[in-house]
Amino acid sequence: MKVIETINLDKTYEGVVPVHAVNSVSLSIEEGEFTAIVGPSGSGKTTLLNIIGGLDRPSSGEIRVNGTDISQLSNNQLIDFRLQNIGFVFQAYNLIPVLTAKENVEFVMLLQNRSKTERDARVKELLEAVGLGDRTHNRPNQMSGGQQQRVAVARALASKPRFVLADEPTANLDSASTSNLLDIMAELNKKENITFVFSTHDQRVIDRARRVITLEDGKVVSDITKS
Amino acid sequence: MIFQVAWRNVWRNRVRSLVVISAVALGLIAGVFMMAFSWGMNIERTREIIETRTSHIQIHESRYKDDRKMSLFIPEGMNLLNQISARPEIKASTGRILSNGMLSTTKGGFGVLISGVIPEKESVVTRLDQRLVAGEYFTESGANTILIGDKLAEKLGWKSESDSLGADGTKTPASYRLRKKIVLAFQGPDGETKYGSFKVAGVYKTINSKFDETNVFVRFEDLNRLAGTEGGMHEIALLLNDPPIAEDSTFLASFSAGRTDLLIENWKDIAPDLRLVDETFATTLYIFIGIILLALLFGIINTMLMAVMERTRELGMLMSIGMNKPKVFLMIMLETLFLSFVGGPVGLLSGFALVKLFGKVGIDLSYMAESASQMGISSIVYTDLQPQYYFQIALMVFFTAIIAAVYPAYKALQLKPVEAIRAL
Repeated sequence: MKVIETINLDKTYEGVVPVHAVNSVSLSIEEGEFTAIVGPSGSGKTTLLNIIGGLDRPSSGEIRVNGTDISQLSNNQLIDFRLQNIGFVFQAYNLIPVLTAKENVEFVMLLQNRSKTERDARVKELLEAVGLGDRTHNRPNQMSGGQQQRVAVARALASKPRFVLADEPTANLDSASTSNLLDIMAELNKKENITFVFSTHDQRVIDRARRVITLEDGKVVSDITKS
Repeated sequence: MIFQVAWRNVWRNRVRSLVVISAVALGLIAGVFMMAFSWGMNIERTREIIETRTSHIQIHESRYKDDRKMSLFIPEGMNLLNQISARPEIKASTGRILSNGMLSTTKGGFGVLISGVIPEKESVVTRLDQRLVAGEYFTESGANTILIGDKLAEKLGWKSESDSLGADGTKTPASYRLRKKIVLAFQGPDGETKYGSFKVAGVYKTINSKFDETNVFVRFEDLNRLAGTEGGMHEIALLLNDPPIAEDSTFLASFSAGRTDLLIENWKDIAPDLRLVDETFATTLYIFIGIILLALLFGIINTMLMAVMERTRELGMLMSIGMNKPKVFLMIMLETLFLSFVGGPVGLLSGFALVKLFGKVGIDLSYMAESASQMGISSIVYTDLQPQYYFQIALMVFFTAIIAAVYPAYKALQLKPVEAIRAL
């Protein structure tokens, strides 16, 4: 089942010299994929990810998530759409610094108005899944960068999204943390069939991805699914 | 949880938040205290003026105030005074003969207002006997006696200030030369100038040195005899058991009983400056506190704008993961409101405590007693502020906080998640 589908997606930033950040990108991502979008800096991977995530709008073309053309949604509808359908993991500044790990994960579910019983059960389940069952009451500044990213993954999954978008999630992590984070995401992908889409130029992530889409100058130059 | 996040966000930059909270608190303490000080001063001044000058109600012949003619007596004054004294609302009453005159001694002459008073009644209405700093209160019979003010005694050179300190370290009181002879010249009701020779029996002192300089008191019967006023009086002064009813116009009208030849006035009519202060106090308070709050408003807005700008990325992240605009707006609003709502009560309660404390112990202004006395202000001021003003100030703080909260919250809404998340 197609979770994400783009048709002739274009994004041009107007200016003295217009920048064609995304150029006629058509691709589809199926449920359960573990996909990396790669390419050099300025190749348009973050822009593409932002458009897929409903954070930015295309200049032209269509972007369908679960069959809904999200470029037609209003800004307010997009916020709610993101809340209900997409989990985000950013490179940095992922967590709310004044909340504990548990509260950070719970926060998204509160925005969704989930019941307390449901929240408590899911927070526990997710923090254990990312190996932080004993860190529930720690605030971000009491955790390592790797641990913080694992909380961010738990937070991204808390809303039961259709897919998780991760923008260079390992950029600030050491090897051990990167490997640990990738293990957790691969496990969740395998066991719970959660779709992950990364933008990255980290070879360690590329090695673990089952599908690698390469962008150059905003165009898809290769799309390889590993067997 | 938005409340919780907002509250914790307030304490992220503890020092900055404490500075803003302290500014709000100190601003309010200063505002409340200044207003209570000025109201306390006004109460003292009003009390003093009522006690020495105006009483609660005064009755005159209807034309007397404009003309000040010696012949404009209250018709049947003594009867009226006796009737009024019997009314249950009246605590004390007295009648006076008033005359502008010239006081002469070997040192020269001074213009004065001569009041012919009924000693035993006057002592209840104005407590004139208790204000004596030297001599006796009309105890001597026979001779014409006069009470003069401390300031006049000083001008006449009959007061000697002692610079030496007593055994307990306090300044020894001034001494006065009594029993000196004074000649009063004044106009009788027939237009003729009359003279009378008086012996200084005592010196009084009020908190108003101007009053002390220009007012002298003699016995009603002495002035009556010398001026030939035949028992007539110019002024009836009344103290009430329940002072506020002096402002009830029906109550005031009840004294004239339909007569048009009487002018009945309460203390606010007689001393319009007191009415002005009394009636404009609330406005003054709103302006004064308003200025303080306006300054605080900009301080709070500035702090919160800094907080929003510093957290651009975090706000971008929150909006990206699905926190909608009303919730972002509410969060920033709450953070701003918390700053004010912590500082506000701290300021009001501390202000209240200070006002209560200095309402009890008083603020000693004796170092400026001379200038205070010229303004008719007591040298000890007891701060006072009515409870309703605390509520009104609290309301003003509340609305200021709301106004301060809107702009930073609005600025936060202007952030676009995709740009905010990448902001430096």
